[in-house]
Amino acid sequence: MLIYTLKRLLQAIPTLLIVITISFFLMRVAPGGPFDGERQLPPEIEANLMAAYHLDEPLPMQYLRYMGNLLQGDFGPSFKYKDFSVTELIMQGFPVSLEIGGLAILLALIVGLPLGIAAALKRNSTIDYLVMGTALTGIAVPNFVIAPIFALVFGVLLGWLPAGGWNGGALPNLVLPVVALSIQQIAYIARMMRASMIEVLGSHFIRTARAKGLNEGEVIWRHAIRPALLPVMSYLGPAIAGIITGSVVIEQIFGIPGIGRYFVQGALNRDYTLVMGTVVFYGVLIVLMNLIVDLLYSALDPQIRYDD
Amino acid sequence: MTSESKPYSGEQPDGAPLPAGGPNPPRSPDPKAGAAPVGESLARDAWRRLSQNRAAMASLGLLIAIIVVCIVGPWLLPWGLAEVDWNAFGTGPTLEGAHYLGTDANGRDLLTRVLYGGRVSLSVALVASFVSLVIGVLYGAISGYLGGRVDNYMMRFVDIMYSLPFMFLVILLMVVFGRNIFLIYAAIGAVEWLDMARIVRGQTLALKRREFIEAAHALGVRDTKIVTRHLIPNAIGPVIIYVTLTVPKVILLESFLSFLGLGVQEPLTSWGVLISEGVDMMESAPWMLLVPSFFLAATLFCLNFLGDGLRDALDPRTR
Repeated sequence: MLIYTLKRLLQAIPTLLIVITISFFLMRVAPGGPFDGERQLPPEIEANLMAAYHLDEPLPMQYLRYMGNLLQGDFGPSFKYKDFSVTELIMQGFPVSLEIGGLAILLALIVGLPLGIAAALKRNSTIDYLVMGTALTGIAVPNFVIAPIFALVFGVLLGWLPAGGWNGGALPNLVLPVVALSIQQIAYIARMMRASMIEVLGSHFIRTARAKGLNEGEVIWRHAIRPALLPVMSYLGPAIAGIITGSVVIEQIFGIPGIGRYFVQGALNRDYTLVMGTVVFYGVLIVLMNLIVDLLYSALDPQIRYDD
Repeated sequence: MTSESKPYSGEQPDGAPLPAGGPNPPRSPDPKAGAAPVGESLARDAWRRLSQNRAAMASLGLLIAIIVVCIVGPWLLPWGLAEVDWNAFGTGPTLEGAHYLGTDANGRDLLTRVLYGGRVSLSVALVASFVSLVIGVLYGAISGYLGGRVDNYMMRFVDIMYSLPFMFLVILLMVVFGRNIFLIYAAIGAVEWLDMARIVRGQTLALKRREFIEAAHALGVRDTKIVTRHLIPNAIGPVIIYVTLTVPKVILLESFLSFLGLGVQEPLTSWGVLISEGVDMMESAPWMLLVPSFFLAATLFCLNFLGDGLRDALDPRTR
């Protein structure tokens, strides 16, 4: 297990290197520099600025410097938020994004799994059709449509919840963004849980359990659910990536000061260092999450052993 | 004994003509008559099974309707894409001035813009899916057919690509090179080919051990010809299914980019752009959000249904 973890961590290194390298060079070939403003700077000042940010060095040198700084957790200065470094901005936004994303994935599991199980147990019943129909809606209607409609209906028309804003993470401000963020994942998880539950319920060991005379509750809770959870577990990696991507839009719509919002603002303002820092940060996050999910998976499935 | 009651024999003996006319035409929707078709091609069989799936057929119909309306509609409407009606700024749906779905804050006809936006969104779907199809099929077929170490390296590369936060790289790409529709085509196509490559590789691995490939080898058919003539055509079923599932993903990705203000540029528009404009105006003019959202959601719905239907129709295990 430990060896496997180390091996996976080693494998993550080239992946991250690719992300960082692509982002770095993309940023450098971008037309225009970070200091092209509305106002033309005098050449001496521009030269000074370039020197201050080490932009006058040859490209390979800059690349090595960036990598070295990255290893120390320094993403460089933000070009637009003048008084902040990118690291500070990310560290400011991350707790907020983590709260929303974490709650959304939790909600997706808490709602999606029981819905999928219920649909599988009552196959071809009204419940099944209702759940699967809703799930298809959740998949077909993107979150950037659902979120504003939620804000319009519950925030503006009914006035039950605030239509936007963060307010220090107060509970009423959390509800709409978290629900909007989780709907798509609820749909995917419910569909997947239903399919795998149906497959497990048709397998031989379930028949054996029933033949032993176990009652239905015991068959489902002790024997069926655990193997049926496995495909859903392996979907958690993509689900987390989906939540992270989705949070970019959700934060934008509800005006939440998370990383996603910085990312979009940075992209629109051409704040290259901020955009790149966010991409690298997200890259590390997704790779780590995939690793954690795989380790969890092995803990659940006795057929998978990673010791060799 | 008519040929319909014969057990399935794979081939039409001596190319005997199907019993023409009669009370039971051979392609009747009656499942019994369809159960033992004689020498039916894969495409025909799939079409017959698909046409029995009502949800899929309704989706297909609606989808075709949306496509036709998007292509033809703008010619029939009196307003142009960026034409401003100085008498109607942000009005709701009205017959006056022929603004059937209202206008936006700049007095541009919403229906016209939604249809033009549909053209852009659908064209992105078509081109980007095609790009991903070509890359994925070639990559997967080559990897699977060559096998061994080459296969190993090629698939390891795909694994690495999988764990990249692609969405963010695409956004970075759009930021750096500016917003340009051809870049959107290429960037999205270049992102979506990974699953396709995996699927085609799996198919190829399974197929290349089969007797007919061996026979082709024994007859001295060249490798390139085996791949193009025997492997790819036989792997086409799952590929078609996957393409129908790729198209909605591509549309979604384009709308996502456009929504964030990183997609197509004014005066060109797409459903994502219109939705994002609608969000800004949603309190005073909710139709601006609802109309493009409806078109986008309906298209995605239909494509998902159609994809599911095609999977059922083409999957030999559900027979």
